[in-house]
Amino acid sequence: MFPGCIRLFSRYSTRWTFFSSSMAALYEGYTLCGLVPEQNLSNSGVRGIEQERDSDHVVVTDSTRSVTMYKVSDQKPLGRWTVKQGQSLTCPAVFNPKTKEYVAVSDNQVIRIWKEEDVLLDKTFKATVSSDIWRVHCAHGGDPVVLFQRGAVRLLDSLLSAPQQPIEEILAQEEAIRWSTNIVAETQQFVIFTTEQKGDTLIYLQGLNPNTLQRYRLEREEPGLSPLSFSVTYKDKHIHLLYLYPNGHVYQSVLSVRGLGTEEGLQALQVPRGLLLALPVGEGLLEAASALVLDEAHVAVVGVPHPSAGACKDFLCIWNTNFQTLQAGKEMAGKIYGQLWCYSNKLFIPHGKTLSVIPFVCPKSSLASALGKLKQAKAEESKSPASVPSWNKILHGEKAQPSRTVETRKMRTSRKSQSTLCLSADQVLDLIKTAPIEAVQKEVEGLLSRSDIQDLQPCVGQLVSILVSRSLADPSFYIPSTLAQLVHTQCLCHSACPDLVLLALEKKDYFLCQLCLQFFPDIPEAVTCACLKAFISLPDIDAEKASLEPDSISFVEALISRERAQVSFQNGYGTTTCEDRSDDPSEGGGIIKEKEKTSAPSEQICPVGLHKAVLLNEVLQTAYSETFLLPHLKDLSSQHVVLFLQYLQFLYLKYSQDDFPQMHGLRSPSLTQIMDWVCLVLDAHFTMLVMIPEAKGLLLNLHSFVKSQVRLVSELGKIEGSLQELKNMKVKKEVGQYSVEIIELF
Amino acid sequence: MGEFKVHRVRFFEYMPSPIRAMAFNSRTDRLAVARGDGAVEIFNFADNYFQEKVIPGQDSRAVEALCWVGQRLFSAGLNGEITEYDLENLRPKYTVMAYGGPAWTLSSNNEGTMLAVGCEDGTVKMFEILEERIQFQRNHDRQKGRIISLSWHPSGTHIAAGMMGMIRIFETETGKQTGLTHDWIWSPANKEVVVWSVAFLSDHTVISGDSAGKVQVWDGFTGTLIKTHLITKWDVLALSVSQDQSSLVAGTSEGTVTQFQFLPLIVGQQDKEWVRTRTFKNHSHDVRALAHTETAVVSGGMDTQLVVQPLLDRVEKNTQESALRKIAFPHRSLVCCAKKSGLLLFQFPEHLELWRLGESDGHGKPGDSLPVRKKPEKLIHLKRKGEDHICCSALSPCGGWLAYTTVSSNLKFLLPSPSSSLQLPKLPKELCSAHQLCFSSDSSKLFASSKHSSVIVVALGQSECKYLHTLKPKSGCEIHIYNLNKLKVCLNSVFFIFVTLFGLSLLYLCHVGVMQQFDCDPCLQLHCTVPVYSSCPTAIAIHPVTSNLVTVHANQQIFEYSLAQKEYTEWSRKLQKQGLHNLWLERDTPITHISFNPNNQAHIILHDMFMLCIIDQSLPLPDRKTLLYNQMTLRSVPESERLRHSHAFKICKNFQHLLCVSTLEDQALVVVERPLLDIMSQLPAPVRQKKFAT
Repeated sequence: MFPGCIRLFSRYSTRWTFFSSSMAALYEGYTLCGLVPEQNLSNSGVRGIEQERDSDHVVVTDSTRSVTMYKVSDQKPLGRWTVKQGQSLTCPAVFNPKTKEYVAVSDNQVIRIWKEEDVLLDKTFKATVSSDIWRVHCAHGGDPVVLFQRGAVRLLDSLLSAPQQPIEEILAQEEAIRWSTNIVAETQQFVIFTTEQKGDTLIYLQGLNPNTLQRYRLEREEPGLSPLSFSVTYKDKHIHLLYLYPNGHVYQSVLSVRGLGTEEGLQALQVPRGLLLALPVGEGLLEAASALVLDEAHVAVVGVPHPSAGACKDFLCIWNTNFQTLQAGKEMAGKIYGQLWCYSNKLFIPHGKTLSVIPFVCPKSSLASALGKLKQAKAEESKSPASVPSWNKILHGEKAQPSRTVETRKMRTSRKSQSTLCLSADQVLDLIKTAPIEAVQKEVEGLLSRSDIQDLQPCVGQLVSILVSRSLADPSFYIPSTLAQLVHTQCLCHSACPDLVLLALEKKDYFLCQLCLQFFPDIPEAVTCACLKAFISLPDIDAEKASLEPDSISFVEALISRERAQVSFQNGYGTTTCEDRSDDPSEGGGIIKEKEKTSAPSEQICPVGLHKAVLLNEVLQTAYSETFLLPHLKDLSSQHVVLFLQYLQFLYLKYSQDDFPQMHGLRSPSLTQIMDWVCLVLDAHFTMLVMIPEAKGLLLNLHSFVKSQVRLVSELGKIEGSLQELKNMKVKKEVGQYSVEIIELF
Repeated sequence: MGEFKVHRVRFFEYMPSPIRAMAFNSRTDRLAVARGDGAVEIFNFADNYFQEKVIPGQDSRAVEALCWVGQRLFSAGLNGEITEYDLENLRPKYTVMAYGGPAWTLSSNNEGTMLAVGCEDGTVKMFEILEERIQFQRNHDRQKGRIISLSWHPSGTHIAAGMMGMIRIFETETGKQTGLTHDWIWSPANKEVVVWSVAFLSDHTVISGDSAGKVQVWDGFTGTLIKTHLITKWDVLALSVSQDQSSLVAGTSEGTVTQFQFLPLIVGQQDKEWVRTRTFKNHSHDVRALAHTETAVVSGGMDTQLVVQPLLDRVEKNTQESALRKIAFPHRSLVCCAKKSGLLLFQFPEHLELWRLGESDGHGKPGDSLPVRKKPEKLIHLKRKGEDHICCSALSPCGGWLAYTTVSSNLKFLLPSPSSSLQLPKLPKELCSAHQLCFSSDSSKLFASSKHSSVIVVALGQSECKYLHTLKPKSGCEIHIYNLNKLKVCLNSVFFIFVTLFGLSLLYLCHVGVMQQFDCDPCLQLHCTVPVYSSCPTAIAIHPVTSNLVTVHANQQIFEYSLAQKEYTEWSRKLQKQGLHNLWLERDTPITHISFNPNNQAHIILHDMFMLCIIDQSLPLPDRKTLLYNQMTLRSVPESERLRHSHAFKICKNFQHLLCVSTLEDQALVVVERPLLDIMSQLPAPVRQKKFAT
């Protein structure tokens, strides 16, 4: 198994859960006929199915002796022809609508032609050719063409005119045809066949009238892998060849009808290929599988496991190649033989002991529908209210026809849980209880992208609480990105999901913690304290790993970078100016200032790492009430307290510098908040701090800070008092009983 | 223009008296207002609501009701007397005892022949109105409670009486209660309900306002209640009906006035009903008195202010008439300033106060308050004698003489200056009951307006006062100017003036120039009479240097009349030609005092209640587009440009609620303020009202 596949698998499966029921759909199938497969079930017993006169009639050739003509809608055989015992049909019978004759080949070399009214095949026209025939093709609008096993191509008419004419050998010795088809491109008829030679796959493009031959080599997939199936469409003078490898990769190569060289024996060109799909294959390689192009965007695949149904390969699925989404899926009972035909919106698939006909629709796909914005056509499956406008109508007018997929029981049950986008919120809520991580992620993402956040308010809370409880119950289930996204909506508060912050802490999801601290207005003090504890005890190396909000990081970065800048400034000529000033005998303060500066760096270096500082800042900015915070603060250990205080001191020093840049717009703790925390932490741990010798200097510093703050406040009070006095004076002036005033008149 | 040192005085504790009663005479457009101290004031509504006359009060006279009969004014009071006033001499003419205890109400019939008085003893006493007196005619049937309110039916046949707990209707001819249909007893659950006011309409509807806060409409024939309007939780104290009986106002203890209108309920239909339409709240205290004029509701009460609230459906919008007016201060000066000595005389109804202004140090910038070196000093607190309140007072410019008078007593003199002997000079007999007093500028003479528009001139000497002359002008609204120095007419001639106003002489100001040759000459001659102007002068002054007479009238017009040329001056003509600024004319308080700047003879200093104005006659007059109140603008422009922007009217609004502005000798101004808030704070507490969340 390849990791890439798994990745793709997961991607598709998620998409599938979203979009499975929109767009292309498989209807309830019916049985056309029973089959007599070989004992070991290696062969379905069907050699080929070809279209008859119209879309409702097919000719089924079995692998032994008989050809049966069916009217499909009636599931009824209309005619049956059998070759004699001992003979066998080696190529599927084709119907030539121009002559209304059937053409088949028995025993490789005998061409048999008959009409519907012929009853006994033995009595009809026979012609024996000189070389083994690979297949007879008769494309609609074209003449029957005979492809010989050695690569030669003849029109049936010209061949019959001289049946024993010599047939040249086109292919090399070890080369053998694996698959062939016949298309009519505008005026020219082409026979396309692929061969295998020593592990190489070659494509021959044989044009008729005039005869041309092009030869291409397919790029090699992994060694030992050759394509399981081919499918061809013709569009815009190009032949699109689609092929499936056993590893689940579906490639497409485009061949030009007007090839470069027409000479025989030309070196085979390697055609470029594009990976259309990487189908989930489960364990092991695909053995009997087939991919068939349905239209420009859809591919029908059999024998490939359904992404959400384990390793069982008995599925028929329709994939959208443009968006790489699974459009419809159907489990087929019994073994799948890797055979698939498609005529006029009906898939013919032999499985087990039956040949089933499964009608399908592939409406024109659009981005909107691929992304799931299309309203589900099937009202019974969608719980969305009728008032939701139909995207179908908006995007496609009335074109989109209602599809009626009939599913197996299993599919239906899984469908139920995998609600789609037009899902009502309760569907999502239902889903996220059980769905895999990726599904949940996509689901929630879709939900958030879909509608107004305001409408979501009530459901976001529920969503998060379900996710949190699931995460708590199931340790392997945790979706940080989704949770972060949900918190970002700002529709949440702590009371709506009380366990979220603690969960984030437990999972060491510090980004989520930061978001919660930022956006939740009601984090209880106990939780704040728990965060503080977690952050402060976090090793710096771990902290740096966390990806945090860029704004808060840039704020701390600015703080720290200024710290460095300052240091360099002090080492530069800044000090000399200081010294110059201290030369002045009257300037005694200069020396003291100098002293302070030299002692400063130890305090001016951030004691914690960048990310840790960011997280601590977040804690500083939360709302709290002292009474409730204090008891929890006491839980901090002494070294953490000291570290925290050092950090607070660092912040305070930074803030109180005169040239502290005002970083507007950036979320940052205010000076008051810092002071409050200093006081709180000191209150909680004062006795302990007094005992610790290393905290002594810190305490002294902090004491001086608090003192200066107190002084500032008292000075402000004085100013307020004097201003008040001024105000009072003005009023009093009016009240006097007698005054002598000077007035001036102009 | 310049700096002025201003003595800002706020220690004049003037306290107006609450309004008790009101009567509006629609024929003469005059409103009589009675105050709590017994004073009666006459406002001329035709002349910008100017307070023409004030009849001082009396201790015992508590006027409860006023009533106009033609041009005669009657009052009834709790002293049980009915008083008729002499509106020429500003004194009660006579009083008649009603002999029924305190009289609560007074009402005359439409013809003006009968006066009904409601008395404490439950009688309605009818007086016949004769010329010069009233004659008691009869009592109506005596009731149990006091008669609080009375209202005549317009036809004069019936009278409605509101009393304690009931309303009765009497036949005026017989004095009996009318028959059963017209007699009913109104007895609500609470017996103590007082019918404070009744109105008897010509369709025999009786409307009552009572102490239960209701205005009730009754059918006067059947005595049934038609409609009740509960308009207050307190008392409805006053009712007044418009002349055409289509509108009614009710005043309440809450200070609100509620209007009711007689309107058809459905437009175009005949059935009309009294509908409550508007409520005004212009008072903080009880509305005791109401008058419904043609265009406005006049209300007054405990908060002492007279409020004229125009009814906007009856006046043209955005005119002067449609503006709300509050009259808080009297339209005459209660302050007298002795220029030379810096003394202030404050006149209260009961006493006089003489103050000496303080002194200050140094100089200061404009806007500064100078430090007060010497505080103002109250020199004299003089209580008047007798019952009558002080009518007028004067202080001589030198500060040596103080004179006051009451209605009934003679002129009293005082010598405030300590150098003068305390012996009171002997007074001439003619000097009694003056209503205006004025000293000459050298304090040597006193002029007093007296009975019948005469002016008495008294010479003042150290030992005695000598009666000199009595001047008797013709009556009419004229300004008479007498030359005291009949033969020597010069620029410094000696003039004094007085104004006669409908037979009442009001002596405004007297200026006497050089008086050396004055010689008690008995033959003073009329110098000239200033042309009659329709609006009453509110302030008059003669310029000491140019002898120009400056008059300001109730309609805010200003005139300057040259006494030398005996014609209006050039400036005055220019002013009249150009017209005064709209904002000047829209002011609603009259100019009450004029003085001149002794240092600049072009400056005239005026003031009203809200502003102080210095008119600089040398500057151009403001035209209609100029900013009148431009002091702030001038302050902001550079000095060089000020002249370009300035105009004659320099208005200063730094001082508000002015009672007096006067000049002193040293280029200083005295400004006497009495903030209305101070007055409000001294009023008794209003009725308690439940306010939200109190």
